[in-house]
Amino acid sequence: MAAEALIRTEHLFKQYETAAGPVPVLKDVNLTIARGEFVAIMGPSGSGKSTFMNILGCLDLPTSGRYVLDGRDVRALEANELAALRNRVIGFVFQGYNLLPRATLLDNVALPLLYAGVAKDERSRRALELLAQVELAGLAHYVPNQISGGQQQRVAIARALVNQPQLILADEPTGNLDTKTSHDIMEQLVRLNASGRITIVLVTHEPDIAKYAKRLVRFVDGRITHDGGVSVEAIEEAPA
Amino acid sequence: MMAPMLAEAWHAMGANRLRSFLTMLGMMIGVAAVIMMLAVGQGAQFAVDQSIASMGSNLFIVLSGSATSGGIRMGMGATPTLTTGDAEAIGELPSVAAVAPIMPGTAQVIYGSSNWSTMVAGTTPGYLELRDWALESGYAFTDSDVRSATRVVLLGKTVAQNLFGDTDPVGKTIRIKQSPFLVIGVLAAKGQSLDGRDQDDTAFIPVTTAQRRVFGTQFPGSVRFIAVQAVSSDAMSAAERDMTQLLRQRHHLPDRTDNDFDIRNLTALANAAAQTTRVMSIMLGAIASISLLVGGIGIMNIMLVSVTERTREIGIRVAIGARQRDVRTQFLLEAIIISLFGCVVGVLLGVGAAVAANLIGSVPVVITGSAMLLAFLVATSVGVFFGFYPANKAARLKPIDALRYQ
Repeated sequence: MAAEALIRTEHLFKQYETAAGPVPVLKDVNLTIARGEFVAIMGPSGSGKSTFMNILGCLDLPTSGRYVLDGRDVRALEANELAALRNRVIGFVFQGYNLLPRATLLDNVALPLLYAGVAKDERSRRALELLAQVELAGLAHYVPNQISGGQQQRVAIARALVNQPQLILADEPTGNLDTKTSHDIMEQLVRLNASGRITIVLVTHEPDIAKYAKRLVRFVDGRITHDGGVSVEAIEEAPA
Repeated sequence: MMAPMLAEAWHAMGANRLRSFLTMLGMMIGVAAVIMMLAVGQGAQFAVDQSIASMGSNLFIVLSGSATSGGIRMGMGATPTLTTGDAEAIGELPSVAAVAPIMPGTAQVIYGSSNWSTMVAGTTPGYLELRDWALESGYAFTDSDVRSATRVVLLGKTVAQNLFGDTDPVGKTIRIKQSPFLVIGVLAAKGQSLDGRDQDDTAFIPVTTAQRRVFGTQFPGSVRFIAVQAVSSDAMSAAERDMTQLLRQRHHLPDRTDNDFDIRNLTALANAAAQTTRVMSIMLGAIASISLLVGGIGIMNIMLVSVTERTREIGIRVAIGARQRDVRTQFLLEAIIISLFGCVVGVLLGVGAAVAANLIGSVPVVITGSAMLLAFLVATSVGVFFGFYPANKAARLKPIDALRYQ
């Protein structure tokens, strides 16, 4: 199992240096996520779940401990190798969508391919294909602020998928969306996960959203307090 | 990889048109100033070089000296102490290549119904050789013309044009001070001298003719000055020493008396003039470069603002896989585009201003491809140099900080 794991953290610690001294955020986090899992991470504000996500996404490095992604120890990698991991292995979906406001939807989706060095025609072809998959091919030449929040999040999902990643990291992907749109987005993620090739790690504080996952990890005060099935009791245990 | 990056840089600049334009404006003014100053400086240098070339090389002018008469000191050339004999004697010196006595005066020259006042100079055939002055048509007078004081004249280009227009003056007869002179040749145009005189507004006649028939003088054989050419620039000081010795001897000057002649080294004057313009040219360029530098700092300033403004964008790019190199390239490209664009417009402005200065202010300008190339290269390097720090700052942002930036 361990050799198969996509994500494995061992004794992960993270502390931030502040004027008032070091503030520990993650305290000995050990988590293994196998390929194809759909994990929801819940927890109150300040519990360290976002920091954990940033570390999983190679946007931040742990203070100590090991993080092995797809067989590679992230702490031993150089900046360019981390960039390559973010580009090819990971796809991000953010709460605030984080599309480039001046670029067209097509260019937004094609951007990871640009950094992967894919030729122009191929970039457009694949970006359009992904836009079609999220049913937005008709709006390819719009810019983000011309479309709704739900549509923007679908564009963000298309962008996350365009380089065929193994892992989708979704940080409160429905946080800015209404209930119906939220469920549309979640169903899209479920379908992706169902294909078996894509592992999804989701941070949310909404119990309704967490229910779409197959495994629930709860963070409290920088530690994992629950790791197991998604049951009503588990979700309700300590509302975010 | 480069093409989409260029397109993005272009896009980013389009988003802030006024700001990009103002940044470019700094660059434009800098480049235009450099181009224009170089054009003016090189133009001045060219004009001086041309005057020097038209003057002839390694030249001396020997003037008859001052005299004291009853306690009143007269200026240079007041007493005609130099003679054609002096000139011939100087010609014998080994350090001297050519020599020509000159007897100038102003006279009205008349042809048919046209007339023109000009400088008529009596001289010998050696003068043309010494000034490296070619004939446009006809032929020069000879030593035998000088010996027999014939009434022949060589016209400068300006005089020929004023008297004859487009017709060929050779073979026509003009009148100088009421005497008829046969025009035997027209000199090629030489243009302005160093002090701004029109060197073509002149006519040459044999020196003997000038002495005896045109500017009658009470001192037979005297001339106003003698033009001397040394054999080489290295022989200049030897020639000056030899001439001084010779003339003192010929004029029977006892020791400890002043020379009654004055030897002026024209080449030294010309070199000083050339040196002055060269210094001026460099200074103009240096002053203009300061505005280029200021333009560059403007680029850096705007790029730093741009990096701060777009921190979040940088964060997004990094999150989806941009390497430091990609981010750096993107911002560097923007800086280079701004400076290149500013440079192209600046070159056009500078060339336009130089041409305008030439047309309106009659300032001599020389616009060279190398000056434009230089401005181009400098502008690009300014873009790279001043763009590098902001670009590097963007590239070194921590992804998580950039992404969290509001």
